[in-house]
Amino acid sequence: MNVTITINGEERAFSVEGHESLLSALRTELGLAGTKDACEQGECGSCTVIFDGESVCSCLVMAADADGSTVTTVEGLAPDGVLHRVQEAMLAEGAVQCGFCTPGFVVAGSHLLETNPHPTEPEIREALSGNICRCTGYGAILRAFEIVTREGS
Amino acid sequence: MEFIAANDLDEALAAKAQHADAQLLAGGTDLMVEINLAHHRPTRVISLRRVEDLKDLSPGRIGAGVTWARLERNGHQGLAQAARTVGSPQIRAAGTIGGNVGMASPAGDGLPWIAAAEASIEVRSMERGARTIPWNEFFIGVKRTSLETDEIITAVVVPEDVPTAQEFAKVGARNAMVISTVSCIVMQGDDGVRVALGSVATTPMRATRAEEMINAESTISDSVLSEFARIVSREVRPITDHRSTEAYRRHASGVLARRLVERSLR
Amino acid sequence: MTTRITSGVKGGIGTSVLRPDGEPKVIGNFAYASDLSSENMLWGATLRSPHAHARLTKLDTAPALAMAGVRAVVTQDDVPGEPLFGQEEQDQPVLCDGTARYWGEPVAVVAAEDEETARRAAAAILVEWEPVAPVDDPDRAADEGSTFREMKIRRGDEAAMGSVVVEGFYETATQDQAPLGPEAGFAIPDGEGGLDLYLTSQWIHVDHRQIIACLDMEPDQIRCHPAGIGGAFGSREDISLHIHVAMLSLATGRPVKMVYDRSESFVGHVKRHPSRMWYRHEADDEGNLVKVTARLVFDGGAYAHTSRAVLANAAFFTVGAYRCDNVVVDAIAAKTNNPPCGAMRGFGAVQTCFGSEMQMDRLAEALDMDPLDIRRRNALAPGDPLATSGQIIEGSLPTLAVIDAVEAIPLPDPLDDDDPRLLPGGTGLTSPASSVVRGVGYAVGVKNLAFSEGFDDFAEARVVMTTAGVEVHTAAMEVGQGLVTVCQQIARTILGTDQVAVVWDDTSQIGSAGSTSASRQTQMTGGAVHAASVGLRDRIITEHEGDELREDGVYRNGDRVATIAEICANGPVEYHERFRHPETFEPDENGQGDVHAGLVVAAHRAVVDVDPELGLVRVIRVDTAQDVGKALNPQAITGQLEGGIMQGVGLAVMEQLVVDRGVIKNPTFTDYLIPTFVDAPDVETRIIEEGDHWGPFGAKGIGESPTISSTPAIVAAISNAIGKDLTRVPVLPEDIIGNAALEVAPLS
Repeated sequence: MNVTITINGEERAFSVEGHESLLSALRTELGLAGTKDACEQGECGSCTVIFDGESVCSCLVMAADADGSTVTTVEGLAPDGVLHRVQEAMLAEGAVQCGFCTPGFVVAGSHLLETNPHPTEPEIREALSGNICRCTGYGAILRAFEIVTREGS
Repeated sequence: MEFIAANDLDEALAAKAQHADAQLLAGGTDLMVEINLAHHRPTRVISLRRVEDLKDLSPGRIGAGVTWARLERNGHQGLAQAARTVGSPQIRAAGTIGGNVGMASPAGDGLPWIAAAEASIEVRSMERGARTIPWNEFFIGVKRTSLETDEIITAVVVPEDVPTAQEFAKVGARNAMVISTVSCIVMQGDDGVRVALGSVATTPMRATRAEEMINAESTISDSVLSEFARIVSREVRPITDHRSTEAYRRHASGVLARRLVERSLR
Repeated sequence: MTTRITSGVKGGIGTSVLRPDGEPKVIGNFAYASDLSSENMLWGATLRSPHAHARLTKLDTAPALAMAGVRAVVTQDDVPGEPLFGQEEQDQPVLCDGTARYWGEPVAVVAAEDEETARRAAAAILVEWEPVAPVDDPDRAADEGSTFREMKIRRGDEAAMGSVVVEGFYETATQDQAPLGPEAGFAIPDGEGGLDLYLTSQWIHVDHRQIIACLDMEPDQIRCHPAGIGGAFGSREDISLHIHVAMLSLATGRPVKMVYDRSESFVGHVKRHPSRMWYRHEADDEGNLVKVTARLVFDGGAYAHTSRAVLANAAFFTVGAYRCDNVVVDAIAAKTNNPPCGAMRGFGAVQTCFGSEMQMDRLAEALDMDPLDIRRRNALAPGDPLATSGQIIEGSLPTLAVIDAVEAIPLPDPLDDDDPRLLPGGTGLTSPASSVVRGVGYAVGVKNLAFSEGFDDFAEARVVMTTAGVEVHTAAMEVGQGLVTVCQQIARTILGTDQVAVVWDDTSQIGSAGSTSASRQTQMTGGAVHAASVGLRDRIITEHEGDELREDGVYRNGDRVATIAEICANGPVEYHERFRHPETFEPDENGQGDVHAGLVVAAHRAVVDVDPELGLVRVIRVDTAQDVGKALNPQAITGQLEGGIMQGVGLAVMEQLVVDRGVIKNPTFTDYLIPTFVDAPDVETRIIEEGDHWGPFGAKGIGESPTISSTPAIVAAISNAIGKDLTRVPVLPEDIIGNAALEVAPLS
């Protein structure tokens, strides 16, 4: 079936399979492979996108149901090659190892800062508790977000 | 697969009346897992995401389409506490209380609160209109409810006299983003203590014998609390599965119930 | 196709330079294996055994082949070459050979025009099974002689006796590496009957060897390329879908992509061996170890994989980082119908470190000694014989220094916060601060570096000077750990230029770098890059009769005698190196000999808050002091320490694959739980730099060390909090509460 979705500011019309998730549509129909597929059950956060203003797991959004929606993916956060401050900070703090979780953290983290510009440490932990990282132990990710939070204040 | 995006409740009800086999899609946090992992392929899906009528939230009526994220901020205290433990922030932004009720998983995080609140489930069909089903008639088994195939859950109806002293707790095998091993809510109202639990029976359950015991006491002493906890532990009907054991669930049920009575008295 | 990462960053060794693949990763355009695609591509899917042990009585692929869009179905009968593969021992059929020996064993693979069709076609294959009772008890398997390896260590006097004796039985659960990136492979026909393969791997050359053997092809017909890897931790050391995707591509003549979903991933790679360990420690009245006796049973599952080497590692570190002159170890890797096990970070040393560190605490208690004092008293040091193999320890081993350093880290403040996110149970609001007790525990862990037991362990690198900068060529797998950065740093330091790019070669372009495992690449590929850089530098300086190489050319007595353009006048100048570590030897029949090339040691201190009544834990802090030899990139070291500790936290308090009669009951992220941000302890690190005898600049590999002693430190801390011995990991609520307290009769 055909859907029209505004993705990273651009209206895209394309066809999706009935059972297909938004994650699959982004990756296979649109070639936006920055959104990662790691569990397909909403238990890892690797596929986080901003969907009509909410940070959600794109694996749990039926692509057909996203018709008419507005979606921001990791590719939309550094549109002109200028890194988002979350991306800058994660890079600087060594918060990237294998990097498979990184797009999810970048998207969920950018959403956190929009809804809560100065989160405390426990707030950062809770807000990002839906994003699993298997490499870093979260220490460098926490340091990155603490830097971004301080910058903003 | 046929996909029907209902724009309002009438459209949704009409579609459901026509297609009893159609799967309802709200937040997608359960249905999409079945599709992705179990490769379930529904022939027809009715999306309720656009149905604004389901998103109303007031103290007495919680629309089925209200997300956990909204309940975390706006709900009754015990429900807000329960909402905060549902999945992850991403899940709470998408998942709805109506989905939790419709799935009727024994581990549904919102269900003990519904039981303790003596809430009812409002359902509607095109042909027969609305009916309101008391919670204990609605939940009839593991993932089984008394919803008819042409009906849609429209709201959780909360009695006006629901106690405001509400305390919820949930034990899981991890400190965040976890399925409940045992969950428990205690309410303290004019009628005394109410205790409801999740993940310890095929449906959410009230610990009625423990309630009777504690409500017969004039003062809640340590020994009363210990006896109360013991009865809760004996009264629940849990099983052993890959997430926990019957013995632990019994034990934790009593501990949580006692702690929540203490907390609600503070 | 070569993958090139151009360096836009500066910095030699000892600095925390940024990783060159960091920017593509944060903006989402780093190409992982699962991201690859091409025109005209087919998708592969796998049919798997629903039984842990069964005879295949019927296999009819016709219904699948008859489906629209299906292009090939491949079974074991179609394997052109060797029917069996395996890294150490070729014992596993490429596809089911008539008997399924574990749950989820691949039976047939399908290629179709899209993923959905491929999956449906795999399900449409007609199969009939005759189930056989699975062998699921490793002790029984061991008794019946069903083993991959039986090993004994006999050192010193078996009759020696100590005045203080403690005995214990310990168990560790099956842990999954659970890397976030799924298994993925992409096969592209080269038009001449061969293939280019892009694979999730830790060692493409050993994959290549197995693939060509099973495909019966010449080495140059199959080229294995490194692909972007989303974590590994041991899970990619063995073949998963590699041969399958190659066969489907050969059968169809088209590019084929395969990606496992999460549930498949849980059955598609080997795991950390579950273990059962009996220990007896004997000491004298002063706390000196007199004798250690142990029996280790590791469940290797259905096929060999690296079970032999894992078992040897476990056995050699039975005593941990301590001296002991009398050691008796009997170790068995059992062959069962449980999920196959192999490499995971720590590689056998994790299991025995848990057992031996619990024993050291018990011994301290029996002697009324401080747990750190008994460790100091017995601490292993250079020049001592390793308790098990007897080999004299060369290089650095700062056991005392790591113990002292971790003890000196200030302890966290007492719990004074009712923020649930900092309490056991988290936002589940289970545990008020008043219900929580704190505990502190220590552990020390030691492990070998690189491959042991006489394995011909080497790594190749080629360093090339071009007018555009230096290229470092390697086939070593970057799995996220940061090898790419270390290679740049080493080459920059030796060659005096910032302009260093790492180029990943395929198996036809360069020889093996060995596996990205065993904590070895910083030392092995780093060693090769170091040696090749030195060789290149010396060659260029000699050629131009200079005495120094700088960024802009060769200098003699401070004057430039050749520019880079002049150096490269006849084209790029290169130096190739095959680097080997000091030779190791197979142990004798008593497990004695110079089996290891080097050792690394770490100490951990855990602080936990425990709700004893509910059996819930929050790990507050895990501090560590780590022997690193020489810190090449401090930030990357911190990342390895914090990340490794988190996997130790997982094994200590939550991670376990639940296996019932061979069937995995929790092959999803809903039920195989990995620590979240809320579960993550704070980590304070101390780096101990005492140069080792062979790594580049004296560096040691530290990838595994943080995962080894973090687990027993956490368990010791929980024990300390509740005043009770604990004997298995993960520690479950029941273990903390005790079964007696759990006995409640239901109401009738």
